[in-house]
Amino acid sequence: MTAVLDQPQVDVALAKQQGLTAEEYEQLVEVLGRTPSYTELGIAAALWSEHCSYKSSKVYLKELPTDGPYVLQGPGENAGVVDIGLGWVAVFKMESHNHPSYIAPYQGAATGVGGILRDVFTMGARPIAVMDSLSFGSLDAPRMRQLVDGVVRGVGDYGNCVGIPNVGGETRFHPCYDGNILVNAFALGVARRDAIHKARAAGPGNPILYVGSRTGRDGIHGATMASEAFSEESAHKLPTVQVGDPFAEKVLLEATLQALKSGAVVAVQDMGAAGLTSSSFEMAARGGTGMELDLDRVPLREKGLGPFEIMLSESQERMLFVARRGMEDELVRIFHRWDLEVADIGRVSSTGRAEVRFHGEVVADLPIASITDEAPVYRRPVREPRDLIVRQRPPAVPPPDDLAGTLRRLLDTPDLGSKEWITRQYDSTVRTNTVLGPGGDAAVLQLKGTPLGIALTCDVNPVYCALDPCMGAMQAVAEAVRNLACVGAEPVGLTDCLNFGNPENPEISWQFRESIRGIAKACRALEVPVISGNVSLYNETAGQSIHPTPAIAMVGIIPDIRQLPASWFTTAGDRVILLGDDRREHGGSAYLRLLHGVEQGRPPAVDLDAETKLAELLRLLVFEQWLHTAHDVSEGGLAVTLAEACFGRGLGAELEVSLDPAQLFSETQARAVIAVPSKHVKAVLQTAEDFGVSARDAGKVGGGKLQVKLSGGKLAADVEELRQVWATALPRALGL
Amino acid sequence: MRCGIVVFPGSNCDHDVYHVWKHVLGEDATFLWHDDTHLQDSELVVLPGGFSYGDYLRAGAMAAQSPIMAAVKRHADAGGLVLGVCNGFQILCEAGLLPGLLMRNEGLRFLSRDVYLRVERDDLPYTHRLRRGQVLRMPIAHGDGLYFDRADKLDALEKNGQVVFRYSSPDGKVDAANDEWNPNGSQRSIAGIANRAGNVMALMPHPERCAEALAGNEDGAELWRSVAESAVTSGRRRAGSAR
Repeated sequence: MTAVLDQPQVDVALAKQQGLTAEEYEQLVEVLGRTPSYTELGIAAALWSEHCSYKSSKVYLKELPTDGPYVLQGPGENAGVVDIGLGWVAVFKMESHNHPSYIAPYQGAATGVGGILRDVFTMGARPIAVMDSLSFGSLDAPRMRQLVDGVVRGVGDYGNCVGIPNVGGETRFHPCYDGNILVNAFALGVARRDAIHKARAAGPGNPILYVGSRTGRDGIHGATMASEAFSEESAHKLPTVQVGDPFAEKVLLEATLQALKSGAVVAVQDMGAAGLTSSSFEMAARGGTGMELDLDRVPLREKGLGPFEIMLSESQERMLFVARRGMEDELVRIFHRWDLEVADIGRVSSTGRAEVRFHGEVVADLPIASITDEAPVYRRPVREPRDLIVRQRPPAVPPPDDLAGTLRRLLDTPDLGSKEWITRQYDSTVRTNTVLGPGGDAAVLQLKGTPLGIALTCDVNPVYCALDPCMGAMQAVAEAVRNLACVGAEPVGLTDCLNFGNPENPEISWQFRESIRGIAKACRALEVPVISGNVSLYNETAGQSIHPTPAIAMVGIIPDIRQLPASWFTTAGDRVILLGDDRREHGGSAYLRLLHGVEQGRPPAVDLDAETKLAELLRLLVFEQWLHTAHDVSEGGLAVTLAEACFGRGLGAELEVSLDPAQLFSETQARAVIAVPSKHVKAVLQTAEDFGVSARDAGKVGGGKLQVKLSGGKLAADVEELRQVWATALPRALGL
Repeated sequence: MRCGIVVFPGSNCDHDVYHVWKHVLGEDATFLWHDDTHLQDSELVVLPGGFSYGDYLRAGAMAAQSPIMAAVKRHADAGGLVLGVCNGFQILCEAGLLPGLLMRNEGLRFLSRDVYLRVERDDLPYTHRLRRGQVLRMPIAHGDGLYFDRADKLDALEKNGQVVFRYSSPDGKVDAANDEWNPNGSQRSIAGIANRAGNVMALMPHPERCAEALAGNEDGAELWRSVAESAVTSGRRRAGSAR
């Protein structure tokens, strides 16, 4: 190989600059049997970055159950695929865009949505919904209000323009995210079962087509940046953030779906993290083939880009297609119809090597399997956090003196207040599939032409996860199942976005291991496979790590969506029935954290057997159409759940329960509030008994007040007054 | 009635209109490509919502220059039906088929929510199944929906009866200064207008998103039914068209 002019001399110091360790550099030299070229070093550093290689998480991810009766494609492709019946499949995935969103919130969040949409439509599925899980710091932290504004605008503008409804998600505020916010984007697509495409480059001689936007300098080394902790220098990394063009995405989406129908496509992958490098290497690795690429034919936005930059640019809205030889003209015709640029940049080969040429010279010649499959894998040291035992000590629970005031103060926080200020900026009804939009337990979409409904939810409570990562992760899975059950949906799979701190810290690796253990345990018990996901490590700034945040996005199927319960009270006179028992669990509760500044104790214990029974019961009750309302009990406990149920229609309720005042704010799991027309009460109570779920007829819906008589107290609050506080809490906290 | 739905690059409510027209109403629908120059015998042409050409220059500005728009203008001039929804409204204004223009929402944010509309005209092909003063609930989803024109032009618009829908309270009160009722700050709460002949109409809210029971709201269905029936009553149906 000849050296291209002005390419830096490669040595271990340069390798370190690119993010490799000295040992990893040695491994690379050993694999190649020589010193790598500058371009080769860049390629290897990107592919071996934490972001692309999962080198610190791989050993644990293997523990997750990824199989199930409906799973057609588990982790390892651009997105997972599950069979949802009647010849249809659902394709979904969630991915983080945390670091870019902290540096440049608008573009970071926007391109997060763009990337996840491409992962879904490259599988041949039409995206029909997005959600996002957003974790912000305290609104008083520096820059935080601008970050919230930028992220929300970014998520909104991108999805709105492409025309994919944003139907749900979650938003939280906690000081642990002050220096490292989280932006996790989820996308769901649907396709006919036989229309699914996998990204496997096959057939030596098949042409490789570059389609979409031109390549620029943006995002070079994005994957490497996402694999480092933040420091003062990170602010200077602006050029590593990509710029999104949702219009180009929309056109690419339509053209790609049309191209995949033409029969002329062998494989396609989005040029996401590590751009042309990851798309070409991953497709060839899956297909067991090689690739010849001629970088002189890559369309460039500006002159002067070298091979290193072209291979690592993360310019957005670009796709790499492997065409069926002889049919490439058909593809070119489709792309030109959509005014997209197409370039033939190489061939699939049978050598198993990636041969990359620039100005006639070979600038990289790498054995693909050795680079992708033999990437470093670490089982990093783990250690239980030293202060865990202190943090898990049972907290003192000050009894609430003024119950209405306590509830009002909880609802007056951005955490528990309405998120409508955010969801109003997202188009939630485009494509006219939305049956239940944002704001309920789960969103529901109709699958036109079928009686099926697709339900979506996204859950995690990082405070629980910080106090007990295994239990916290179990809770996230259990709550997702419960949320789906509230709309009668049976889960078919989940995708996770695992956000953690620096894995080189043994306490963080311990958190990660424990979280995986919790997800795996809950998934096995509740029979939900993990079909795709993403790991985001190094979420820390100046040594301050985020709480472990394993966000769980779950998809469920409703057999018949004609009559779904709301998550709020709809009909005066309905009986309010409480499902599940309270066990006075205040560890990690919103009550202690938001009102008393205490994050202490063990989080509520997850009883997977009780969760299974409750979910089965709820699904049956919804199927029988006996419920007007179903709402799960979660953050803030029964008091907040009841208040939320009152807000939908401004309908109050009058209840009597044998709980003490503090128990109104206990966060015991496996509970739900349902409202039932009188004529079905008997059947509902009997069915609950049959399922082994405790059920109590606690009162009735009606009036303009929420009144709960307790043993030793009474909550009485005006619904409209509470609703005003709840509805305006977030904009007021933002200073709007 | 045969409905042609124009697909610009970036249109994203095209499938939604197609679905309502074809599957909810059982009428004949076809897509028209922005580069084409004929309307495939469409009696009704719909310019759907979306972000044509990304709305990068100005909402609707580039789409208004598309080859298909010359055919749409000819169709409109000949008395044919042309309906714009959301981005379609913006395009019709940019193309000069409707007066005025749509500016950035007053709050400078994208707005996705339900609004209430008071029906001001019930004698158009699009509204003859509605009653004047009737209030409809419909979703909006736009960033540029503030209807704007010079005061004298607005006076003329009102005098000519070209205002078809106004944003209102749930019981039909109109107050342009109330941002709950008039969410984007449109002048005189204008949500939808027609040309003087009444054959070209556009509105910012999305009637195609509330035309089925499953959507939880069917207030938009009557608008579509009005159009579908209008050809029968007006006898404007062209020979040789489908159905």
